[in-house]
Amino acid sequence: MIRPLARSVPAAPTDRELGAAASHPDLSGEMPLALHCTGLFKRYGALAPVAGLDLDAHRGELLALLGPSGCGKTTTLRLIAGFEEPDSGRIEVGGRVVADLGPGRRRCDPPERRRVGMVFQDYALFPHLSVARNVSFGLPRGGRGESDRRVAAALSAVGMAGMGERMPDQLSGGQQQRVALARALAPNPDLILLDEPFSNLDAELRAAVREEVREILRGAGATAVLVTHDQEEALSLADRVAVMWGGAIVQAGPPEELYHRPVSRAVAAFVGDAQFLPGEANGRRVATVLGDLPVHGQATGAVEVMLRPEALRLAPAQGPASGNGRVLSRLFYGHDQLLTVRLDSGQTLRVRVGAYGGIRPDSRVVVGVRGAVLTFPR
Amino acid sequence: MQTLRPRAARPTVLPGFGRSGRPVVVRRPATGRLASPPTVLWLPALFVVALALLPLGYLVVRAAEAGPLFWETVLREKTARVVLNSALLAAAVAGSTALLAVPLAWLTTRTDLPGRRVWGSLAVLPIVVPSYVGALAVVAAFGPRGSLQGVLEPLGVDRLPSIYGFSGTWLTLTLFTYPYVLLAVRAALQGIDPALAEAARGLGHGPWRVFASTTLPQLRPSIAGGALLAALYALGDFGVPTLLRYDAFTRAVFVQYRSAMDRSAAAVLALLLVAVTVGLILVESRLRGSATLHRIGSGAARSPRPVPLGRWKAPAVAFCALTVALALGLPLLVLGGWLVQAARSGTTFDDLGIAAVHSLSLGAWTAIAATAASLPIALLAVRFPGRWGMLAERVSVLGYALPGIVVALAFVALGVRTPFHQTLALLVVAYAVRFLPEAVAANRLSLLQINPRLEEAARGLGATVVAAVRRVTVPLARPGLLAGASLVLLTTMKELPVTLLLSPTGYDTLATRIWTAANDAAFGQAAAPALLLVAVSAVPTLLLATRERPRA
Repeated sequence: MIRPLARSVPAAPTDRELGAAASHPDLSGEMPLALHCTGLFKRYGALAPVAGLDLDAHRGELLALLGPSGCGKTTTLRLIAGFEEPDSGRIEVGGRVVADLGPGRRRCDPPERRRVGMVFQDYALFPHLSVARNVSFGLPRGGRGESDRRVAAALSAVGMAGMGERMPDQLSGGQQQRVALARALAPNPDLILLDEPFSNLDAELRAAVREEVREILRGAGATAVLVTHDQEEALSLADRVAVMWGGAIVQAGPPEELYHRPVSRAVAAFVGDAQFLPGEANGRRVATVLGDLPVHGQATGAVEVMLRPEALRLAPAQGPASGNGRVLSRLFYGHDQLLTVRLDSGQTLRVRVGAYGGIRPDSRVVVGVRGAVLTFPR
Repeated sequence: MQTLRPRAARPTVLPGFGRSGRPVVVRRPATGRLASPPTVLWLPALFVVALALLPLGYLVVRAAEAGPLFWETVLREKTARVVLNSALLAAAVAGSTALLAVPLAWLTTRTDLPGRRVWGSLAVLPIVVPSYVGALAVVAAFGPRGSLQGVLEPLGVDRLPSIYGFSGTWLTLTLFTYPYVLLAVRAALQGIDPALAEAARGLGHGPWRVFASTTLPQLRPSIAGGALLAALYALGDFGVPTLLRYDAFTRAVFVQYRSAMDRSAAAVLALLLVAVTVGLILVESRLRGSATLHRIGSGAARSPRPVPLGRWKAPAVAFCALTVALALGLPLLVLGGWLVQAARSGTTFDDLGIAAVHSLSLGAWTAIAATAASLPIALLAVRFPGRWGMLAERVSVLGYALPGIVVALAFVALGVRTPFHQTLALLVVAYAVRFLPEAVAANRLSLLQINPRLEEAARGLGATVVAAVRRVTVPLARPGLLAGASLVLLTTMKELPVTLLLSPTGYDTLATRIWTAANDAAFGQAAAPALLLVAVSAVPTLLLATRERPRA
């Protein structure tokens, strides 16, 4: 199992072609991490949804925890929030140890002492309290004026100013989402956890709310960990994505790095649309049915070459006898199109190209590759 | 999208028993629970459980002290007779209530019986008549020189078969406990998918055969569950066998205690009674097996077409009318008659108000105490299933196995040695222990409807366990908690043996008034408090019975 890149920093989006996390300076000495989990284990009988998990989140970053359903993402979130007790491992929030379990160590703070805000999948707004009372729930009592001021500030931060007297059941799904966010943000926690926050919204609303949520979290300068199984959501929203598999993090890094430099075939296939061709690598080049291609880094021997559909090039063949494949089908999306091509060597490849170009099913084509390719040992 | 609206808990037929009459066992997925329950929950829960186990513990210690007397008492020929008597009574009541309730349930839900809604409500109402009040009415009607004999005398009948003994006790308990079975069976009937019966009709079976081949097997668990409740009631009831002079267990325990002042022998008998009750519960659960865990879905998709009764319409109406006349009309008529007589003879009811206030305030205090005591147990059972849920489950069932007379005996004996002897506090504690299972079951059901994420959200916002319960759980569960509390209030007001044995001297309640008047054969004085009790009980019962109907 591959350890996550220890101290990668989100900062500015890195150069597309060089997702090199190692080139960033080590900041951990200057500022404590907002979240620092090491060696977390959690078992339920024979199941171990969390098995040796290490996870870091930096101040002010939006980290997406991405993984297939049932990979232990939600359990991880619940361990961090304190709703479940890990069997072993250590959790630090904002530099404070909130859980430390293992031989001879039995510290586990209850949720209310962790300064961690949670936004639940179904929002879990208190149905018997107004919007304003929901938001003020986590604020210290007394000092009414102060509390009112903070509630108003939190509500206006999420664009719900003046809706404080509404009851939760009078709100739309998107509004409930924003109230849940305001409620979690109001006590100014060290960390905000979001459990599949957009899964209850319909597709149209989802894109808009995603944008909003990101802006709200940015505006509040909050550190957030978001759990999702939707890779598009993770890639588009997060500063950094941690891919979870079998109870541990297999790769963590900026979205570009994850997409262009997956550490394994499995991650490549999970994040984005990946297809593989066999090849024989020879140092900096690899021989495939699509020709001799340049390789990222070094590789030798039998490998699998990862090809994203948009990294392929398509040109009409000069005659019926030329070209290296035939178009099987075409899905036209408007902004682009996806063509399925059967290579003469037998493999099928998906190729994403621009909306123009009159390549139709059954036409002969030449399939080429843009730039260097990533290889995995076969 | 899932909305988190607080729903009023729908009270079930009987606390601890689901709509089908099965004990409710609810499993929740593994997620959403902490590894270990917080101390603020398990410590009070443990205290309450210990209190609830006190009567049983007392009996065991007392019986152990009896030494050789223990076996002497157990093996006495008289003991064998009362065991047999009680077992016979329980079995007979279980059978007769089922025979009465199943046709009633079917007629009032599945057929074109004229006025079936009205019959449906009327048939449940006898549940509000305390069984000892019912016994008084039965004696008045069918006893020597009773109304029936008065009517028959001109016809030359000057002797009726005696109402005292087994037959009268059986009749009375059947008349006033069949609504338990009726409610269970009716709820199950409403949950059965009518498509099954229609499929059977489509396969060429006639209506009677359909009932026997598809409906009845599905009803079996609820019939068994309801009949078990009736049998347990019969086994633990004190008032009816005493008034109708049937040598049942409870009466023997009381007589042993009162006349001989022989505490050890009474304890041995009481322990034996508990053993018989537990045996009955075990037999039922063994018979049920694990295969038929009857589950009622969220309700039938649509209501089935009523079965036409045809020429059976008149006999069906007559059957309903006769049942309601005996179980509801008779006691009301008798009590009304006595009231009129008493008013004519100038009896005053001045201090009736005081007794009513006493009953009501005792009921209210018990409702508060039992609800508060049951809350930690119910919370543990709901939020920490597994070992803790089991515990709550066990305590609930155990409570049904402890007849009132047993609880009363134990608390009398324990109270004598404390400063609480002859205080209302002790009485309320005994009531609360007696009705704890009811409260636990009712509250557990209402807590189950609350999304555990809401409590977690509160914790995440900085609320402690106690604060989360106070600020989120209790407000959301309020309708259900109130329903459970009113159920406890109602049953407390009707309660007899604990009241008789533990009321401070001179502290009259409606129940003690009725009992004293009945024992003095001063029926006129029993009428007013009995009618008042029935009227007060009817309100929450009607609410429960009407809410049990599935909503569209």
